[in-house]
Amino acid sequence: MSKVIGDVILGVQNISLRFGGVKALTDISFDVREHEVRAIIGPNGAGKSSMLNCINGVYTPQEGSITFRGQSFDHMNSRQVAEMGIARTFQNLALFKGMSVIDNIMTGRNLKIRSNIFLQALRIGPAQQEEEEHRSKVEHIIDFLEIQAFRKTPVGQLPYGLQKRVDLGRALAMEPQVLLLDEPMAGMNMEEKQDMCRFILDVNDEFGTTIVLIEHDMGVVMDISDRVVVLDYGKKIGDGTPEEVRNNEEVISAYLGTSH
Amino acid sequence: MQTTFPRLMRMHAQQRPGAAALREKEYGIWQTTSWSSLAQLVQSVACGLHQAGLQRGEHIIVVGSNRPRLYATLLAAQSLGAIPVPLYQDAAAAECVFPITNAEVRFCVVEDQEQVDKMLEVREQCPQLSHIYFDDPRGLRKYTEAGLGSLEALIAAGSLFAQQHPQFYANEVEKAQYTDVAAMFFTSGTTGNPKGVVHTHGSLIDRADAGAEFDKLTHSEDVLAYMPPAWIGQNIFSYAQWLVCGYVVNCPESAATVTIDLKEIGPTYYFAPPRVFESMLTSVMIRMEDAGSLKRGMFHYFMGVAQKVGPALMDGQSVGFVDRLKYAAGNWLVYGPLRNNLGFSRVRVAYTAGEAIGPDLFTFFRSIGVNIKQLYGSTETAVFVCLQPDNEARADTVGVPCKGVEIKVADNGEILVKSPGLLKGYYKNPEATAQVLTADGWYHTSDAGFIDSHGHLKIIDRVKDVGRIVGGANDGAMFAPKYVENKLKFFPHIKEVVAYGDQREKVCVMINIDFDAVGNWAERRNLPYAGYTDLAQKTEVYQLIQECVEKVNADLAQDTLLAGSQVSRFLVLHKELDADDGELTRTNKVRRGFIADKYKPLVDGLYGGMTSQFIETVVKFEDGRSGSVSATLLISDAKTFTPVKAAA
Repeated sequence: MSKVIGDVILGVQNISLRFGGVKALTDISFDVREHEVRAIIGPNGAGKSSMLNCINGVYTPQEGSITFRGQSFDHMNSRQVAEMGIARTFQNLALFKGMSVIDNIMTGRNLKIRSNIFLQALRIGPAQQEEEEHRSKVEHIIDFLEIQAFRKTPVGQLPYGLQKRVDLGRALAMEPQVLLLDEPMAGMNMEEKQDMCRFILDVNDEFGTTIVLIEHDMGVVMDISDRVVVLDYGKKIGDGTPEEVRNNEEVISAYLGTSH
Repeated sequence: MQTTFPRLMRMHAQQRPGAAALREKEYGIWQTTSWSSLAQLVQSVACGLHQAGLQRGEHIIVVGSNRPRLYATLLAAQSLGAIPVPLYQDAAAAECVFPITNAEVRFCVVEDQEQVDKMLEVREQCPQLSHIYFDDPRGLRKYTEAGLGSLEALIAAGSLFAQQHPQFYANEVEKAQYTDVAAMFFTSGTTGNPKGVVHTHGSLIDRADAGAEFDKLTHSEDVLAYMPPAWIGQNIFSYAQWLVCGYVVNCPESAATVTIDLKEIGPTYYFAPPRVFESMLTSVMIRMEDAGSLKRGMFHYFMGVAQKVGPALMDGQSVGFVDRLKYAAGNWLVYGPLRNNLGFSRVRVAYTAGEAIGPDLFTFFRSIGVNIKQLYGSTETAVFVCLQPDNEARADTVGVPCKGVEIKVADNGEILVKSPGLLKGYYKNPEATAQVLTADGWYHTSDAGFIDSHGHLKIIDRVKDVGRIVGGANDGAMFAPKYVENKLKFFPHIKEVVAYGDQREKVCVMINIDFDAVGNWAERRNLPYAGYTDLAQKTEVYQLIQECVEKVNADLAQDTLLAGSQVSRFLVLHKELDADDGELTRTNKVRRGFIADKYKPLVDGLYGGMTSQFIETVVKFEDGRSGSVSATLLISDAKTFTPVKAAA
């Protein structure tokens, strides 16, 4: 099985991010090519989530720029990012706990809905037809993620592993070109991890979505990623295929904990 | 009826072209296939398979859950005179090797990627398996293996062929006779290789028809098909009887949505093994425990009324006016909503078979107005041998012989059956066939039982399993392991039991707790536990199980025949017995001998008088990898009772 990896779709150039005196990221550069699975790994506090938050527009880096499809940005704006086709999931699940699975995933379609709130409330004009179209998309995602049995269950009642799946579902509802996954497998058991891996690979495979993921589980990362960036103390210490990274001295010492 | 399945389908398509034949829930909506579009689909698949080279008389494997296009594949294969062989979708790859080699299968049609992977793995040992078709293309886009194709493409090619050869399909269907082989079912078997049970169109249709006549089934029934199609029970209910009666078969969205789909469809004709009813009752009870005190009080009061009045009402006996009134109130407040919640609002006839059903469980469903009955049959008899008439349902019998069936009890207590629905034979296995099907036409069921005073058949155990206690206080007493196991399994806290006692001086059992029920029980008592293994070994759980065992012993002491089968010692296993580990058959029956070997230290511990025993076992995960589980198990004594009457 081989897939066609395209040109660079997302680039990060010389990003530095500071919180007061704390340097979260120092001069980080890497790129993401179209259709690939790109992993960002590193020990706790290495700056992985901060990196994602810069791409996502949650944090504004003090230095450096981000390129998306050839366009360069000093800082990203969350809404703009979403409109450009970059979706994300969250490490600590930002779902609407009281709402059903369908409704949660439906919120991911927010940007695509054209009719206004009044038409929607009264279900008049194009609103009804539009809702049906969006519902159909959502149903396909539900089918894809195999959560049919929980369609109408309030998300708060679902086990953690399933909530993670709903979180992914909501991101997919945006039909993103790039999907940022923040620790999609944290806190899962072996079986749930395997399921999640399969879903991530299937998303990449079926929809050609480019995937950038942060993950702790090295086994998972090495198995599913095409290329890996390694961060440690906010610095890039490695970049390459899983094989290259695995043999990188600096990476080994960061993970095995030699003295710095 | 001297006809074939494809002819029956064409008949329905002609008589009621627009009527629904199949429904499948997809993307949250029930999608209907009418008889005419089904006929169209079957024709296309058949032509496609013909073009691909499927020959008359050749076997074709079908693996997957209940999906309309797989049903169409069965019909298509039969239309061409080929013999579909459904296999269990959860069987491991290694288990598929024997049937495929045995029947020299070249063609298979499977549901999805999981099954394709399995078939590709099997192909390394069965190189003749040249054509693999899949229904659901998800994840398969990048597979480039030779001979792999989508059912979609096969259908497209087939419909083109049908346009060019409009008479081809009809001619093929006409060539088949009702005496031709229609399908082959592999029985799991507790020992050795599985055996292929060969059935003709005639035998399956005859039994399907007899069952339909017995319960006056019509084309307006609704059935939910959710058990494996490789199981003859599902096949009879959602295939043979479907084509005989022309009713609607509904395919659930996925295995996880069955309870939701059941509620939405509200089937009128329902069939499930006892464990399905059991898990329904368990979930009702657990949810009632969590309900508010008003609802809980109401539930318990009216269930009391129902237990007193319900079964009598169902059997058509006269009931006092006040009781009637109370039952009517209960029906409005409790039973009706409960039936609706379980998906039993419209059910007219519900059957349970395959295993004995607990009296409490049986009474529960009958008392809330679900007409649950028992039947007796097997793969070899195309299911219908005995059925319970509407007014004579009982928990401890399996009914009266239905149309066309003769029953005889052999000297050793074995039930012998003669009916038009008997198997043609085991595939390529004349010795095994000769063992069960004697020249005078009797089929030997290997079940021990007798006909009771009401003419109902009552089953005790497998003939070969009925043993004797040797030595000790009960020397020479009869030991029926399954009888003991079932009595224990009727307790909601106990999921599975393995009993030993034949040629030994006392009866000892190994027990699997029901994780949901016991887990819930423990939570209610603020009893912390880390997981299955930990929970199973709690002394509190042992006490709970001990009470169950002693109740069974007290009950067995009343029984003239089986008082010697009382349980002396027991232990609770640290892991669930699993078909993947070979401990259960695919139909969830315990493999006693295999378990005795695998857990030899435990059996020795039970009989050696030890109070605990260390055990380490290898477990297989669903994806084929394996790991190990180890624990030190407690072994406990149980009180036995002196028989009320001396054992015979």
